[in-house]
Amino acid sequence: MSSRFRVPAAAFGLLPFAVYVLLFLGLPTLIAVGTGFVGNDGAFTLDTVAALTDPVVLAAFGSSIGLSALTAVIGAIVGALVCYALLGAPPEGPLRSTIDSLSSVLAQFGGVMLAFAFIATIGIQGMVTVLLRDTFGVDIYADGVWLYELPGLVLPYVYFQVPLMVITFMPALVSLKTTWAEANATLGGSSRSYWLRIALPVLAPSFLGSLLLLFANAFSSYATAAALTSQGSQIVPLQIRSALTSETMLGRENLAGALALGMILVMTVVMAGYSLLQSRAARWQR
Amino acid sequence: MSGGLRSTGVVAHAPSRLVRGLILGVVGLVFVVPVLAMVEFTLRRGLVGGYDLHRWTELFQGGLTGEYKPVLVALGNSVGLALGTVAIMLLLLVPTMLLVHIRFPRLRRTLEIICILPISIPAIVLVVGLAPVFSVVARLVGSGVWTLALAYGITVLPFAYRAIQANLDGVDVRTLSEAARTLGAGWGSVLLRVLVPNLRRGILAGAFIAVAVVLGEFTIASLLNRVNLQTALVVVSKDDPYTAVILSLIALLVAFALLMAIGRLGAPRRTRTRRAVTASSPQTATPNPTGDRP
Repeated sequence: MSSRFRVPAAAFGLLPFAVYVLLFLGLPTLIAVGTGFVGNDGAFTLDTVAALTDPVVLAAFGSSIGLSALTAVIGAIVGALVCYALLGAPPEGPLRSTIDSLSSVLAQFGGVMLAFAFIATIGIQGMVTVLLRDTFGVDIYADGVWLYELPGLVLPYVYFQVPLMVITFMPALVSLKTTWAEANATLGGSSRSYWLRIALPVLAPSFLGSLLLLFANAFSSYATAAALTSQGSQIVPLQIRSALTSETMLGRENLAGALALGMILVMTVVMAGYSLLQSRAARWQR
Repeated sequence: MSGGLRSTGVVAHAPSRLVRGLILGVVGLVFVVPVLAMVEFTLRRGLVGGYDLHRWTELFQGGLTGEYKPVLVALGNSVGLALGTVAIMLLLLVPTMLLVHIRFPRLRRTLEIICILPISIPAIVLVVGLAPVFSVVARLVGSGVWTLALAYGITVLPFAYRAIQANLDGVDVRTLSEAARTLGAGWGSVLLRVLVPNLRRGILAGAFIAVAVVLGEFTIASLLNRVNLQTALVVVSKDDPYTAVILSLIALLVAFALLMAIGRLGAPRRTRTRRAVTASSPQTATPNPTGDRP
């Protein structure tokens, strides 16, 4: 308690950061959520929020959640496999450091360039498309071009989900204590029983936590979809874009606010689950 | 994080060489194909068929001065924004983290939550609220592209915080600063001559990640109608997809080189820090739980 009384003088040092965060994180978030409750006349209304139940909007939320869940599961499984494969590699060796750096680049540098990469790969004249068509006689676009629609987002999303999984899950895997494996061996356990009875239960919260983070990552991703699809807005971030940039319908900014509110609600649930799982996982990482 | 550092070593039940090779080989192949496809795309000779290097050579032989000059300007903008963002990190985040760590350990959880928060607020949501904030900023200080750094400082907050905090956990900041104070150093020299050199690795890693994030940022710049590298690439791709892809490949390569450099800068120091952690763990063990667990 005595430290409470020494606070004031040094506390001024916390002010600049506090003001900055309030102005550029707190205030924008409040405005974003707030505009969802304001009508065209500037008065409080629930009409815009009611727009969230519009079938088009609901469909967008459905696609967003479906796309995020699918790519999160694929990303989490593939990423966990990569982490497992890296277990034996020395942490400061060239293999680990190369994959660490690659993962950071690919997880954060995606967006626009990812869209280019996949147009070059599975676009109409893409390398893989042409190869499959000319060499194997398989036309991936026999039923129409799906790259610029919702299914086309799956592969690019997986491309940034896997590296993110490697980054977030690797610390959990590395923190498995050698002593646990030794204890298991001393008691006559096999490698199988070690993974099944010790490692997997200990890793489960971390794995699920990373899975949720991947979901959040895909759910909030905008750049890839924006660069890949120029028409239509199948997912929520693209609907926010069209609400923000639409000049034909006045008052659509408020719909952007309502959509933002919806996104924040989904993210709140996901991140609450994430922090719950994180604290469970932390028990074993001491 | 600190637990992970301490327990690195030989890991039991690692996969066999064959299994490791198989997994990394298959995943690696899938990840290499799009990059190869980008390279293949830039080498195409168009309708004639076949491949050559003419697009690359054209670009490098002064191509960037003419019609692609906007990209160069945009790159300049992005680099400037990256520097601005790093400045925000160094001037606002680092001192605050140190102050909280040394003087207000009770606030550590709060600071952590605030710094991690931007992960859960999608950039597209932030833009909805940032638009009005930026119209005020524009009225006060102008609408120069540099003002975007104020928004980027928020988006890199989680990454920068993690990198610096990981380093901070391994250094006994409190003892170091008390020792320096006892020896007569003022707070300024404690900060610049004692703490910052000890946190060099974390700050550097935070700065590099911030640069990577800013160079790759598209959402905020695009919706606030500012020009940065990514928005310019989209514009270029509309009339010259080949050049846009070449520039993307170069950017990807530069970012990778940048992050490899972090590994290099961090690696020799990491071993030294770990030894220091083990040696000083009896002392660090006492203040940590009190600050960490409310």
